[in-house]
Amino acid sequence: MTSLNVPINDPIELSAPPSLQFESVEFNPFGHQLFGPCSFKLDGPGPTLVMGPNGAGKSLMLRLAHGLLTPTEGAVTWSGDGAPRQAMVFQTPVLLRRSALANLTHALAVNNIPRRLRTDLAREALARFGLSASADTPARVLSGGEKQRLALARAWALSPAVLFLDEPTSALDPAAIKEVETAVQEFHERGTRIVMTTHDLHQARRLAGDVLFLAGGKVQEHTPSNVFFDTPVSRQAQAFMSGELVA
Amino acid sequence: MKKTLNLVLAAVTTMGLTFSAHAEDYITLASTTSTENSGLFDSILPKFEDATGIEVRVVAVGTGQAFELARRGDADSLLVHDTNGEKRFVENGFATERADVMYNDFVLIGPKDDPANISEAQSAAGAFAAIAEAEAPFASRGDDSGTNRAELRLWANAGVEPGGSWYRELGSGMGPTLNTAAAMDAYVMSDRATWVAFENRQNLELLYAGDEVMFNQYGSLLLSEEKHPHLKHEMAAKWHNWLLSEEGQQAIADFKVDGQQLFFPNAK
Amino acid sequence: MEENAFYVALSLLVNLDASLYQIVVLSLQVSLLAVLIAAALGFPLGAAVALWQFPGRGGVIVALNALMGLPPVVAGLGVYLLLSRAGPLGELGLLFTPSAMVIAQVILVLPILAALSRQKVEELLGEYREQFVSLGMSRACMMPTLLWDARFALLTVLLAGFGRASAEVGAVMMVGGNIDGVTRVMTTAIVLETSKGALPLALGLGIVLLTLVMVINATAYILSETAKRRMG
Repeated sequence: MTSLNVPINDPIELSAPPSLQFESVEFNPFGHQLFGPCSFKLDGPGPTLVMGPNGAGKSLMLRLAHGLLTPTEGAVTWSGDGAPRQAMVFQTPVLLRRSALANLTHALAVNNIPRRLRTDLAREALARFGLSASADTPARVLSGGEKQRLALARAWALSPAVLFLDEPTSALDPAAIKEVETAVQEFHERGTRIVMTTHDLHQARRLAGDVLFLAGGKVQEHTPSNVFFDTPVSRQAQAFMSGELVA
Repeated sequence: MKKTLNLVLAAVTTMGLTFSAHAEDYITLASTTSTENSGLFDSILPKFEDATGIEVRVVAVGTGQAFELARRGDADSLLVHDTNGEKRFVENGFATERADVMYNDFVLIGPKDDPANISEAQSAAGAFAAIAEAEAPFASRGDDSGTNRAELRLWANAGVEPGGSWYRELGSGMGPTLNTAAAMDAYVMSDRATWVAFENRQNLELLYAGDEVMFNQYGSLLLSEEKHPHLKHEMAAKWHNWLLSEEGQQAIADFKVDGQQLFFPNAK
Repeated sequence: MEENAFYVALSLLVNLDASLYQIVVLSLQVSLLAVLIAAALGFPLGAAVALWQFPGRGGVIVALNALMGLPPVVAGLGVYLLLSRAGPLGELGLLFTPSAMVIAQVILVLPILAALSRQKVEELLGEYREQFVSLGMSRACMMPTLLWDARFALLTVLLAGFGRASAEVGAVMMVGGNIDGVTRVMTTAIVLETSKGALPLALGLGIVLLTLVMVINATAYILSETAKRRMG
């Protein structure tokens, strides 16, 4: 198992989020080619929105980048020494059967944050995402939007240099979607590299700095968002935008 | 979470302490279910404890298992009813001394209507032969206990090789065997003590008793110090000698159920 | 039956006499202590089997599942041979003591707690795994988190273990010896009264035992349901 446990001590450099590079990355367990081969580099300011039809390999790409999956071929590399501190927010937030506050202090504890700092850091993160009143509420009785905000608060408390989000708003109502998007902007402004998948073209327009378009397990296009939405280069992206089925 | 853990630890420690808080002056006596079930020990052990301050802890098992416990050094003293087995135990060096303590007798129990008509029998051999003749259901302990061994001797005396569908070997203690016999209206041989104290008689009653060959001799054994030096030999000897003393013998004679004396002291 | 067993049970409970009280307390002490010890060993064991892949893992799982059906009298015999003077641990002098009964029941209960907690922890791990890896947790670090988050399921497992411990008679009879006032517990007392033909008393004791087990189960159920409703 890849350990993503990087001690939190260095301050985040606001100007330069670490860049991520896929070098001929393939993922083909048991001989099934599920992803790649793919090479690309995320070194712009972002946020990077990963788009593509169902089964395009968006979630796989996030998991390979985050280290939840190990590439069968090729390598995922980061600028600087080793992998940066990173966090991930899932489509269905995975929350422990404890209070909202305890979910955060647990995450801080397993990241070796000294006990005396945990509660303050956790409360600060809860406050930032409007969850102060729910600190002692069991995480699993929160509403869908609150749960996703709690997952974001947990990520926030860990001050990651990179944040992956896997369709974080697909199960939420418009108000909750707006809150999550605001949170993503905050992470971005803090200097965190954002890599996020979505199905929602409007959301992508609102958030994207650049768009990574996948289809059939391969990168079809990686362009700045204005280019992608105005004059998409690849045939698949054109078809996707016009609502056709993309193979 | 830590609080819970501390509480659990405290509870465990307390429980552990309660276990070890028992008296040190005790011996473990391996004996048979018949003596335990009749209530004899409840009657005589307090008298012994008053006289000596020694507690006797009775492990009541079948005679075979009682011998095995003593052979392995798990009991300090042995009180059983299988004279031949006891003598062999001494010969094999596991015990240094064996003494008669008391006897009771075996009785034949059966359904009230007595289909084999054993209440008219002239001898134990006659009664057993009549049961075999009538092929009336007979419940045998079948557990190699002292009672079971005595029963097999009595069948042999009667010239019968028990078997067939009427002869049921249960592989159980005396009490369970009586329960089963009551449920299937079978004949059964029991020691008198267990029978008198037995409550679930249903349709059963005592049909034949009194032949001297059905006497059931109990013996106490002093276990070998050489084989098992760790045993509490000194206290065990006190118990052995008390059983044989006038005081002990009187205590045995004084034990009655429904006004009926169950064990007859006969120490020499 | 002339006497009604329920009447006997009721009067046993109402006139809780010293010897019955002692038997009840010893039963609870032995079984609860055995379950606590078995939990301290079995839950981490079950969680470890759920978390780690190692050669022979399938064999361990099958063995744990099979041992859930270990006949108590076999466990009793094994512990007897171990604790007997002629056995390897004879020196300890534990035979025919409550400690011996605890040891035998730990052996009976441990496979249940380990096998069932393995299952519960594995289910939970399926839900949590990606988040845990994302947080950079090692397997050793996941174990306490999983055990704590599975606490409601594990309470049910604990009760199953307690049920097995408090209901069995073969093992405690064998290694405890059913000594009056020392190692006599509810189940061995029931066997004794049955063998005396005192069936209403035996059944009455059985009802007392069942009542106790029910009270314990009901308490645990109410506590966990309340907590569960709170935790969602």
